[in-house]
Amino acid sequence: MRQSGEHRIPAPRAEVWRALNDPAVLRRCLDGCRSMRAVADGEFVAEVAAKVGPVRAPFTADIALCDVAPMVSYRLEVRVRGGVAGFAKGSASVRLAEVENGRETALNYSIEGAIGGKLAQIGSRLVESAARKMTASFFERFVADFAASAAPAR
Amino acid sequence: MTAETGIGASVKRKEDARFITGTGRYTDDVSAPGQSYAVFARSPHARAKLGGIDTSAAAASDGVVAVFTGADLQADGIGDLPCGWMVKSKDGSDMVQPPHPPLAIERVNYVGEPYAVVVAETLEAAKNGAEAVQADFEELPAVVDLKNAAAADSIHDAAPNNQCYDWELGDGAATDAAFERAHHVTRLHIVNNRLIPNAIEPRAALGEYDAAAGSYTLHTTSQNPHLERLVLAAFVNVAPEAKLRVISPDVGGGFGSKIFVYAEETAVIWAAGKLRRPVKWRAERSESFLADAHGRDHVTDAELALAEDGEFLGLRVRTKANMGAYLSTFASSVPTYLYGTLLAGQYKTPAIHVQVQALFTNTAPVDAYRGAGRPEATYVVERLVETAAREIGMDPSDLRRRNFIQPDDFPYETPVALTYDTGDYEASLDKALAHADYAGFAARKAASEASGNKRGIGFSCYIEACGLAPSQVAISLGAGVGLFEVGEVRVDVTGSVTVTTGSHSHGQSHETTFAQIISEKLGVQFENVTVLHGDTGRSDYALGTYGSRSLAVGGSAIVKATEKIVAKGKKIAAHILEAKEDQVDFADGVFQVVDSNQSLTFGEVAFAAYVPANYPLEELEPGLSEKAFYDPPNFTYPAGAHICEVEVDPQTGVVRIEKFVAVDDFGHIVNPMIVEGQVHGGLAQGIGQALLEHGVYDETGQLLSGSYMDYTMPRADDLPSFLVDTTTTPCTHNPLGVKGCGEAGAIGSTAAVMNAVTNALGVTELPMPATPETVWRALREA
Repeated sequence: MRQSGEHRIPAPRAEVWRALNDPAVLRRCLDGCRSMRAVADGEFVAEVAAKVGPVRAPFTADIALCDVAPMVSYRLEVRVRGGVAGFAKGSASVRLAEVENGRETALNYSIEGAIGGKLAQIGSRLVESAARKMTASFFERFVADFAASAAPAR
Repeated sequence: MTAETGIGASVKRKEDARFITGTGRYTDDVSAPGQSYAVFARSPHARAKLGGIDTSAAAASDGVVAVFTGADLQADGIGDLPCGWMVKSKDGSDMVQPPHPPLAIERVNYVGEPYAVVVAETLEAAKNGAEAVQADFEELPAVVDLKNAAAADSIHDAAPNNQCYDWELGDGAATDAAFERAHHVTRLHIVNNRLIPNAIEPRAALGEYDAAAGSYTLHTTSQNPHLERLVLAAFVNVAPEAKLRVISPDVGGGFGSKIFVYAEETAVIWAAGKLRRPVKWRAERSESFLADAHGRDHVTDAELALAEDGEFLGLRVRTKANMGAYLSTFASSVPTYLYGTLLAGQYKTPAIHVQVQALFTNTAPVDAYRGAGRPEATYVVERLVETAAREIGMDPSDLRRRNFIQPDDFPYETPVALTYDTGDYEASLDKALAHADYAGFAARKAASEASGNKRGIGFSCYIEACGLAPSQVAISLGAGVGLFEVGEVRVDVTGSVTVTTGSHSHGQSHETTFAQIISEKLGVQFENVTVLHGDTGRSDYALGTYGSRSLAVGGSAIVKATEKIVAKGKKIAAHILEAKEDQVDFADGVFQVVDSNQSLTFGEVAFAAYVPANYPLEELEPGLSEKAFYDPPNFTYPAGAHICEVEVDPQTGVVRIEKFVAVDDFGHIVNPMIVEGQVHGGLAQGIGQALLEHGVYDETGQLLSGSYMDYTMPRADDLPSFLVDTTTTPCTHNPLGVKGCGEAGAIGSTAAVMNAVTNALGVTELPMPATPETVWRALREA
């Protein structure tokens, strides 16, 4: 499973970078995320309630930040344990670039993932579309988050 | 009396009354006082090192009685699950049989492989417990792609290049020579898709231990309870053979998948002894998808050499066969002795050479599935023959006729080790052509085209070797067991008859068919015959049901036993009627002195045998109960012609089967209605392979087609009303002249469908299943 895309965010790169490292922002933007807490430097644990086709289960995700180049890029390594529902693992590479003379930021991402256990057995086709939806919704909210915080300033 | 219930009568099935009123008794219907429930922890990874297994949380979970791992079984002396057929590579070396512990130790090698079993007071507690088992998996790259498996990391240390064996059959030099003088060569690359068996009743087991007797009873869903007992006793070391009784009560479908001895019932019967209490397990549908042995999964390159007039000169076949992660009970025999030996088909091809490389992958084990090797062989031969006819511009039926083995050629020795005893292939083809209205096809095709659709017709003239098997032949080829069958005919004091057979019915209707044999041979009322099967405590050791063998082998044993009954009955009648034994005839249930009006009914003779007042006790034992073992001298060779006509909607790629004709030669038929039902079921499965069914793993070894959302079973609206007919050349070497009908539909039909679809599309090759997407893409690429 692979996905990639680009989003334009109406905020300077430093702000975007900060948001990308802020568990509260990430929790807000991730659909079904009940909690997101930092457990160590660059490591988070998220609890997500997801419904993928007939599999409705709470998932616990271990997220680690790797290859961090501050303000420029990082890679998120994600391992999801869904108990009897199976597992998922993946990585998301995110790269930021300044555009519009630094007033805005271009965010490029590419995601690779694999699933196993009952999730794969029952939900493989559904998981891919669910993952696409979750990713799309994440960045929509992420962008909207900036738009919202930027609005009063205008 | 017997005409209505004897051989040849479409008697309604005895079994159906209980099946349709919900009173069948399947393994999961059997419960024992105080039983516990087992649930298996299964690997979510296709290939991983199995580090520590932490069972403490599971053991502490509510209601959990015990948690066992592979190490516990090993410590108790429980052995590996063996493969029962030794195949040798062409260099003479033995096949590689990697260790196959019932519960994984050190490594897991396919998704769904069990590595621990949780036994609990309730099923729910067992499930919760299984979820709490924590194992450390260190993932390794999975070997999934059969084509490249030989170049991948070795899954088993014992199997370099993942090779199980590299086998060959036939004369390679003669075949090369045939290709050198060929006028035309037809070549195909063929993928025989993986199938998942999907019996309606999932596998199940109930293990019980009787501490007083020190004996075990295992109820399980087995097609061959004696084999199950033998393997568990002699190889797996669960209990001495005499201390283990295996009962397979009603079983809801097998299709081969319930021949094998699996990890689950092994763990269950062992745990019952360990815990001193009954343990029950029943697979959930997801477990069936993951852990029942799968079928087919070959990749083949095949070539047919033809002379200018269409005569077949030679056939060369190179196959890679997927064994999955471990060798299942008969896995090795399927792509070899049940495949290579059938490549002559119905034709006089003089030179054939086949090589089969069997490979391990990180997928569920692959073993016999309805037809087992013979559908794969038929698919290769019949796709090649049809393609050759198109390439040389000859009518496919004419090309087949040109090469058929003729009725006066029998017995016919093929270049691939079989001797066909009888057949009339043209008779079946002629009948099928008439039923299919082949002459009218061109007009129907034109009509389809006028409405914007495509129409195609395809043939398949299959042969199979059934009635497995002559024991000495099978043993000489590597089988670890003989393949005879036993039948016991016990005449009751009142003249009713109880038959026990080593054959097993899981849809075949033995209780009806075998009662018809008794009704015919002994003149006993059909209603007064009871057929018992599926219990090692009731019948002598025999081999069970697979390879369309029950009637040809098990039925023959019963006939032999009835012959002994009649012979003894004649002695008794002669004594009572004061006649010479050779003056007593037996027909329609009556012993009669020749040329006299003196006679005794079968019931009177039976009564005399059990109440021996006027009886030659000094010469003859009392009682009337006889047993016979029957070992067939040859295989039987059912054959037939299947014709499929399809219409394809080029807008959607949907293939609709307009007509399906199956004309089969099963020799004599005991119950035409049951035979037709068997053919219908087989056709549905063969058509399912061609158009719908596909077992798919992703590149990491995850099973993607693991439920009915993604694995498409044939349904009534996918299938036409079949046109089924028969021709008859009686088998020459068994007393009933029967050949077997259980697998024919699945063997012949797949190639007929794909020949029809490729004919409609005008393409040479098309992967199975020919789903709308596959067809739609093929049309756009064509």
